[in-house]
Parts: sequence; C-alpha cells; structure tokens
Amino acid sequence: MTGGVGARLRPSPGLIANARVVGALSMRSLRQAFRRPQFLAPILIFPSLFLAVNVGGAGRATDIPAFPEVNGFLDFELAGAIVQSTMLAAVSGGIALALDIESGFMDRLIASPISRAAIVVGRLASTAVMGILAGIWFVSIGLIFGAEINGGVLGALLVIAMAAACAAAWGGFGAALALRSGTASVVQGIFPIVFVIIFLSSAFFPSNLLLEPAKSVSDWNPMSFIAEGIRDPIISDISATPVLEGIAAIAGLMALGAALSVWGLRKRLAG
Amino acid sequence: MRGTWLLMRRAVNEVIRVPGAAIPGIAAPTLFLLGLTAVFGKLTLLPGFSTNDFMAFILPVSVMQAATFSGAATGVNLARDIEQGWFDRLYVSPLSRTSLLAGHVFSASLRALMPIAVLIVVALLFGVDIQSVDGLLLAIAIAGAFAAAIACYSVILALRFRTQQAAPLMQAGGFMMVLFTTSYAPLELLSGWFQEVARYNPVRFILEGVRQMSVYGVDWGHTWKALVALAGLALFFGAFAMRGLMRAADA
Repeated sequence: MTGGVGARLRPSPGLIANARVVGALSMRSLRQAFRRPQFLAPILIFPSLFLAVNVGGAGRATDIPAFPEVNGFLDFELAGAIVQSTMLAAVSGGIALALDIESGFMDRLIASPISRAAIVVGRLASTAVMGILAGIWFVSIGLIFGAEINGGVLGALLVIAMAAACAAAWGGFGAALALRSGTASVVQGIFPIVFVIIFLSSAFFPSNLLLEPAKSVSDWNPMSFIAEGIRDPIISDISATPVLEGIAAIAGLMALGAALSVWGLRKRLAG
Repeated sequence: MRGTWLLMRRAVNEVIRVPGAAIPGIAAPTLFLLGLTAVFGKLTLLPGFSTNDFMAFILPVSVMQAATFSGAATGVNLARDIEQGWFDRLYVSPLSRTSLLAGHVFSASLRALMPIAVLIVVALLFGVDIQSVDGLLLAIAIAGAFAAAIACYSVILALRFRTQQAAPLMQAGGFMMVLFTTSYAPLELLSGWFQEVARYNPVRFILEGVRQMSVYGVDWGHTWKALVALAGLALFFGAFAMRGLMRAADA
C-alpha cells in the first residue's frame, strides 16, 4: 500500500521543484536589489525623507479640529510611508524584471525546464520580502522617533504582513508592465503614477481633510483602504472593519495584478 | 563668452530636438503642485498660516523643484558626455575652464524657464493670485539662478562619479535642499528638529525670495536675504565644480 493519508498529504515533487525555483529566483532578485543601491534607495531612503518632510512640515496638522485622534502626526504618517515604499518596491521589481528581459536572462529562464509561473512568482516573492523590510524599517523608525503602536506586537506584525502583501499586489502590476513592454525605461516611467495614486488617497492625510477632487477619489481609491488598514493597528487597537477592508483591497489588487502578469507573460511567449 | 553661449545653445537645442526629454521635468513639479495642494491644502486652517491659499504657498516650492530638476539635468547630461567621450573633446579644445563651467551651468537657468512658465500658467488657471509683475520677474530670476547653483552641485557629482547612474543623487540632493525648508508651512508652524534645520538651511531664504511672487509681495527684506543665500550657494558649489574641472584633466 503506497496511497496512505501521509502520502496524500506529502507535496508532489513538481511542487517542491517549483518552490525551489521560486526560492532561488527570489534570492537572486534580493541579492540584485542589495547590490545595486539605485534599486534600494527609492524603496527606503526616499520614503523616509518624505516622511521626515511631511512630519516636520505638516506636523501641526493634528491641531486642525477635524483631524482624527492620534498620538502624533508621525503615527498617522507611518502608513503613508509604508504604502509609498511598497509601491516603489513594486516599480523597482518591475524595472529589474525588464532589465532581465533586455539582457536576455528571461529568455534563458523560459528555455529552461522550469514552470513559467515560477519565474514571475519568484520576482513577486522578492517584492513581498522588500515589503517586509519596508514594514520593519518604518515601524522601527516610528518607534525610535516616538510613535506608538497601539495594537502592540500583534499590531506591528499585522502592519508588516500587510506591507508584504501590498508590495506583492502592486508587484503584479510592475511585473505585468515589464513583461508587456520589455523595457526598463517604460516601467521607470510609471514612477509619477505612484505619486498620483498616493496623492489621491488618504495615505498622507485624512480623507475628510483632502481638497476636492482628491477627497471624492480617495473614497474609492483602494490605496485609501490599504493605508487605513495599515494605519489602524498603529493609531488604535486593532479593529476589524479597516483591517478587513484593507486586506480585501490588497486581495483585489493582487488578483488583478496576477491576471495582468499572466496575460503579459502569455503575450511575451506568443510574441 | 562665445564658448559659453555655444554650450548654452547646445543644451537648449537638446530640448528643442528631443521635446519628450523635457516632459518629466515639467510633469513632476506640476504633479507635486497639484498633489500637495490636494493633500495638505487644509493646513491653511492652522492659526498663523501666512495665506489662505495653499497653492499660492506651495507654488514657489514647485518652481524651485523645476529649477532643481533643470540643474540636475545639466549634471546628468555632463555625465553622459563623459561616458560618450564628448567631454574629452571639449576638454582638449581651446575653451577656458571657466567658459566650460559657465556654459553648462547657465544652460540650466535657460532650461528652467519652460517648466517654470508651465507651473505659473497652471497656478493661474487654478486661481492663484500673482502679487505683482515685478514679483513674478524677480521670482523667475531667483529660480533661474538657483538652477545654475544646483547645476554646479550636479557638475561636482558628474565629475566625481563620471556616470549617469549618479542621476538620483543629483535630483534628490537638490530636491531635499528645497523640501527641508518652510516648504509646507511657515517657520513658526514647523515641528521639532525640522524647524531648526529649516531655520539654518540657506535654501529657505531663496524659497522665501521666490514666494514674494504669490504670497508676500516684493519687499527688500526677503529679497536681500535670497540674493545673499544664492550668492553663497553659487560660490560654494561653483568653487568645488571648478576644482573638479581642473582635476578632471588629471583623471
């Protein structure tokens, strides 16, 4: 008898092989990011500088009567910095994938006996790890400079987990664009769109205090739900509604990003 | 003088012949003007804020940002010239080192005019009240000179790193100099250590000089401080850029 319960639960050799490929490609992407500061700087340094400017320049915003109850403006802004960082990680991941296409490395991967999906999933996994790094970085910066994580250790872990998922979700869009265009300069060109999406959301300022039309757009912008979901464990005890809305927004983006990536990969293979 | 003018014309020709290359330098400051106004517009509700129109307050920041990008573009183009060997040919030409530097940095002032003009038109469309024509002209002149100072800074980096990969350092360095000032709010409304950084950051005086066009109106108090800060910055970065040019011969 070889078909017992243990054998049925054991992962198939194909799955293990794919997991190994994903792991190896993801490690390669991470090494690339750490070896090239120009990939890492936009993910951590620029959002940190913006965080400093926003908190130092607009810190008194908490004195505006309609501003939500928070310990300080830094507590409020941490979520904005995290989502900005995860989006930039996604763009950087897309650029790196496009560079692989330009250099011919992608063709070698496609010609090798590995699953095509694993090529993209490996890249997204490394983007998710960058999201974890961004989450840890900004939670640490927040704590060092006097922010309080009201949700405690569990809240901090939730923030980091959501940052990772958010990075992977946006990473799908970066990968799709890289696969479709095949050129790094096209992917690099979407940097301004990152700022448009963030400015039109409640990532940096409460939705009720935004000016029109940003206020109306922010009510529907998935980035607002993600930012509010990440912000909730920081500024209050963990509450179900904003966190679940944030997770739902991430899941929606992830599904759309994955679908676009699959479409981009198919088009590339067909072309 | 003729060498300087020819180098400036070459830089302008690049914009005319490849107009697409100028788009990021126009789009980014415009995006920040509209985006920051939409996000932080209600800061004017704070007691002590110097205007009730946030776009009028932030417009000079975007103008300075445009000047910064034009200055950084000079450094990026110089790095490209170094990579392609064109700079070596300039170096062995009978052009003086001063003309070489002046041609590059003053081209930044010229190139900054286009994004600044677009920003002002956008601000006018959104109802920003320009205080006076002399304030507007003074602001453009100050921003143009600031672009030249930032060009000196980016020339230093281009000569040091000799690669276009140093571009983010050129762009972000100048942009942060502008942001770590009274960019979002008056000095009295800034928080903690940021207030101290802004207080002693010379770029604050330059920004306040530009702000005369849309917030304060022209007055000598803001103007002389802006001019002194500009002169100091230009001398400081200009001296190091000149030193870099002299040393480039030995590289």
